[in-house]
Amino acid sequence: MTTQVPAPGRGAAPERSGRVGGGLLDPRQLLVSLPGALVKLNPATLWRNPVMLIVEIGAALTTVLAVLDPSFFAWAIAVWLWLTVIFANLAEAVAEGRGKAQAATLRAAKRDTTARRLRSRDSAEWDVVGAPELKQGDFVVVEAGEIIPGDGDVVEGIASVDESAITGESAPVIRESGGDRSAVTGGTKVLSDKIIVRITQKPGESFIDRMIALVEGADRQKTPNEIALNILLAALTIIFLVATVTMQPFAIYSKNVNPGVPDSLALTGDGVTGVVLVSLLVCLIPTTIGALLSAIGIAGMDRLVQRNVLAMSGRAVEAAGDVGTLLLDKTGTITLGNRQAAEFVPVTGVTEEALAEAAQLSSLADETPEGRSIVVYAKDAYGLRERGPGELVNAKWVPFTAQTRMSGVDLDGREIRKGAATAVMKWVRDNGGHPTDEVGHIVDGISGSGGTPLVVADRDHVLGVVHLKDVVKQGMRERFDEMRRMGIRTVMITGDNPLTARAIADEAGVDDFLAEATPEDKLALIKKEQEGGRLVAMTGDGTNDAPALAQADVGVAMNTGTSAAKEAGNMVDLDSNPTKLIEIVEIGKQLLITRGALTTFSIANDIAKYFAIIPAMFAAVYPGLDALNVMRLASPQSAILSAVVFNAIVIVALIPLALRGVRYRPSSASKLLSRNLYVYGLGGIVAPFIGIKIIDLLIQFLPGMS
Amino acid sequence: MAALFIASLVLALALVHKPFGDHMYRVYTGDRHTPPERLVYRLLGVRPGTEQRWSAYARSLLAFSAVSLLVLYGLQRLQDRLWLSLGLPPVTDHIAWNTAVSFVTNTNWQAYSGESTMGHLVQMAGLAVQNFVSAAVGMAVAIALVRGFARRNSDTIGNFWVDLVRGTVRILLPIAFVGALVLVAGGLVQNLAAPHELTTLTGGTQSIIGGPVASQEVIKELGTNGGGFYNANSAHPFENGTGWTNWFEIFLILVIPFSLPRTFGKMVGQVRQGYAILAVMATIALVSVTLTNVFELGGGATVPQAVGAAMEGKEVRFGVANSATFAASTTLTSTGAVNSFHDSYTPFGGMMTMFNMMLGEVAPGGVGSGLYGMLVLAVITVFVAGLMVGRTPEYLGKKIGSREIKLASMYFLVTPILVLVGTALAMGNEAGLAGLLNGGPHGLSEVLYAFTSASNNNGSAFAGLTVNTPWYDVALGLCMLLGRFLPIIFVLGLAGSLARQTPVPESAGTLPTHRPQFVGMVVGVTIILVALTFLPALALGPIAEGLFS
Repeated sequence: MTTQVPAPGRGAAPERSGRVGGGLLDPRQLLVSLPGALVKLNPATLWRNPVMLIVEIGAALTTVLAVLDPSFFAWAIAVWLWLTVIFANLAEAVAEGRGKAQAATLRAAKRDTTARRLRSRDSAEWDVVGAPELKQGDFVVVEAGEIIPGDGDVVEGIASVDESAITGESAPVIRESGGDRSAVTGGTKVLSDKIIVRITQKPGESFIDRMIALVEGADRQKTPNEIALNILLAALTIIFLVATVTMQPFAIYSKNVNPGVPDSLALTGDGVTGVVLVSLLVCLIPTTIGALLSAIGIAGMDRLVQRNVLAMSGRAVEAAGDVGTLLLDKTGTITLGNRQAAEFVPVTGVTEEALAEAAQLSSLADETPEGRSIVVYAKDAYGLRERGPGELVNAKWVPFTAQTRMSGVDLDGREIRKGAATAVMKWVRDNGGHPTDEVGHIVDGISGSGGTPLVVADRDHVLGVVHLKDVVKQGMRERFDEMRRMGIRTVMITGDNPLTARAIADEAGVDDFLAEATPEDKLALIKKEQEGGRLVAMTGDGTNDAPALAQADVGVAMNTGTSAAKEAGNMVDLDSNPTKLIEIVEIGKQLLITRGALTTFSIANDIAKYFAIIPAMFAAVYPGLDALNVMRLASPQSAILSAVVFNAIVIVALIPLALRGVRYRPSSASKLLSRNLYVYGLGGIVAPFIGIKIIDLLIQFLPGMS
Repeated sequence: MAALFIASLVLALALVHKPFGDHMYRVYTGDRHTPPERLVYRLLGVRPGTEQRWSAYARSLLAFSAVSLLVLYGLQRLQDRLWLSLGLPPVTDHIAWNTAVSFVTNTNWQAYSGESTMGHLVQMAGLAVQNFVSAAVGMAVAIALVRGFARRNSDTIGNFWVDLVRGTVRILLPIAFVGALVLVAGGLVQNLAAPHELTTLTGGTQSIIGGPVASQEVIKELGTNGGGFYNANSAHPFENGTGWTNWFEIFLILVIPFSLPRTFGKMVGQVRQGYAILAVMATIALVSVTLTNVFELGGGATVPQAVGAAMEGKEVRFGVANSATFAASTTLTSTGAVNSFHDSYTPFGGMMTMFNMMLGEVAPGGVGSGLYGMLVLAVITVFVAGLMVGRTPEYLGKKIGSREIKLASMYFLVTPILVLVGTALAMGNEAGLAGLLNGGPHGLSEVLYAFTSASNNNGSAFAGLTVNTPWYDVALGLCMLLGRFLPIIFVLGLAGSLARQTPVPESAGTLPTHRPQFVGMVVGVTIILVALTFLPALALGPIAEGLFS
């Protein structure tokens, strides 16, 4: 869950074939991932995670010490230190495991196919070659029932294509040459007709190849914030390493100035015993976040995949969290695609009902979305039943033509027409009518408010005007208010004139708009925002969007778009739903918050561990230090072991959180911070006191614990 | 009484910090060079109009400090052949090294007794000069870092020579002049006379050494230096005569560090950001001063309870509270002047003085060094907090990326490593252990205090530890040198990388860094980081001692 506010076009997409669901961690996954976790114990791979490498070295050292001087305590510590490393590896393996399952379904789509390669663009002759042999610029012909051998653009023909292998969507889509729906993806299947495709991919670098690599995390690179966090964690590790190692001379000194005190399991004349020293070090270094850091990153990418978005790099996901300006296309993102009837404005002497009825009659045979919306509105607002064209036997339907620019019906002596104001007025005048100025005023009023007026007339007199307007999707205003609270500026991009654009911008509640936008305008806007230091996110699908997509910090290309667009963007939305940009931003933020929250938690945990271990080590020498044993732990051994066990278990306990991400609710930065500080800062201080005490209560009865 | 003393200090600082902070803002941002300054630039051969990249700035600073170090070393080693030596022999090599480092690094750790080791020329031309310029260096670094935050798309962070000269000529000298007059009025000595020979009541002879005390005293406090003319430092009646000179000296210690946040706020164009930093400093300082007073007035140890108050090591004319407040002020800043002996404090009172220094001296810290230390802590806080609001962390519009966090991390690694490794080496080494006056946990505290003081460039001594040995002189000298200049290099690097950035405009998604929420976080991060780093050492030193009874 990323948010509590339901909105259109979001929420968990219905479970698709071959996709691994998000949500809670299945305990079986832990078991399945165990072998992978053991393989990762190899220091050659573990060095990428310095914090855990130190734990592993500590575990090895403790094991040697336990062999040389066996005791239940030493062995127990050794085992739990190994478990700490294994749990950390497990977190990563589980996160990767989810990606692997997805990659497997993708691989199934990447069957080795053969291609019919044309000898030249216009040639009718072709050779059969294996799909891997195809190069950029080759032309292939694909017919119904065949698999498209590689990514490319349709250069000839039109076909319906089953893209379910990639999108999980079973309904076929239309792909045709020219325009913005020309891109096809290798591995998808042509269901009808025949197309000629120009291959645009390099061999072995198809879309599916990249998807597999991405979801498997094979070429996962650390993102900028992850690198920065790793540096901080390394610094903390060094500090605690120094604090622990330098404690040894202090301990020897303290022991020697109190010669009467007998040696204990924790402290001898040679200082703190190795096992205890390693235990303290492991408890202090930020193992919790160190263990979960890479799992958090992998899971973040995974959450995007769950929503059918492919990020080409983790960097892009992170940038999404930083976005300061969202550019949203009006049509399809902010408004429903088409204009809809919103009002019937009759002229004096005509009732609204009469106008509604005339408008409905004139639209019954009009299959354009605008026409349909008039019928629907007449029914909803005036209770006028929809009549099928066949019901009215005497009717003579007049279809819309580009010449007349109006449509209508001749019925029982009435000649009803509706259409663009100038066309209908001219028609009325031609029929001997004299439209009053009133009509002009109504038309101007509607135009001025950003709507589109359609005049309805009955032969020689105007009945009134239908007000068509862009309908803003439900819940958009709330989404934009949310964005504003998150500090994100929303800018609507539209080809409409400024007047219309302003009306819709006001209604939708976006912060700004760009009217009569050309691709150059878009690019200029992005550059302007970036110069001001803001990161820009946008969606696009057309080839002319490509420069802007490439310039934007987060460019989400629609899967239905051209390959140029997909190539330019750094994310692809397989559902081609522009509204998803908002979710992408939230996922980006959630990723960072999860890292920050677990870092805070990890450091806050140390306080309790000190209170467990310091009195355990030194109360024998300085009995006053037992006052620090605020948890009243049973014995030094059980105190130290409890801290180590807690430290290991907390990793496993937090794996689900790392995979799911911390709860994110769009709100201002300070509210978010307060909440997270409260939960993960204060919680991080308190939780280990309770956890260590409980573990101590359980293990104090084990042998060697007193 | 204690409360009134503290309250009047707070009031005085509250009144002064605004006009004084604004004055410093004008000093460091103005374009005009006064004729005497032009003369200095001409003599140094620098062009005051040119700006430096961070690396050039750092090179100038290091070169200046290296020359200072050599000159100061030479002055001490050759003092018998120069004027005004009072007949004193040349300073031994290890003390001369230790002292040269100490004064160039604004530490003023004194492994020697001032009146019986250094003649007037070394005191005035060597030590006093460094008291001014080492303070000006600290302020210059702080201002350079602030420029890093304030500038956009800039390669440069100012001109070191201009910052150095202006800090000395326009800030430190005028106040020192007025302050010295005030202290002379308060009964402090100011002369160049030879020692007075007196016959004591018991018939023995005693030589009373006077000298340019007041002038050195004022810069000792104002520049958070701390090196006393006399071995007894501000406990000596010639250095700190009365209750009100004590108040005035504390005021001098605190006035620049507490006014710099205002300068910072003005320079970054958001005064409220300066107030937030001031609030962090003030919160920690007030809590620390209060706790030190509570521990000392409570007198939680055997002897003080027997005699009724923790008066051992304190001057009767100051009393417990005014001594405790001085102790807290001197360790919260990098001053290191003392008017009482911290070694004799109650275990927890003594621990507070150590903890104050372990904080990295940021509340309010040394002149300049307090501000830049606090800003580095703010950067680290912003990093963790910024992640928790779901954005790449940014402070004052500047992104805290991997380069910035790397420099900030290295900054905060330096002093804890020096303190802990230094103390560990001393405790594991015959030469180190030889200096201990006390056994048990108190002995550990003495060594820990020495290395904490040196590495953080404080300069105060716990006393009790015999540090005038080659081993300690060399080891502590290294701690002072590394503890001063490594952090400075990292801070200047940070300034350079911040200045290059284009600031991100503020929005509702930006973590606000001027609210109590953020102030609380910085306080929390500072205290928790320090506590986690030093708890094992403190547990075996003052805590063990304090809980022993």
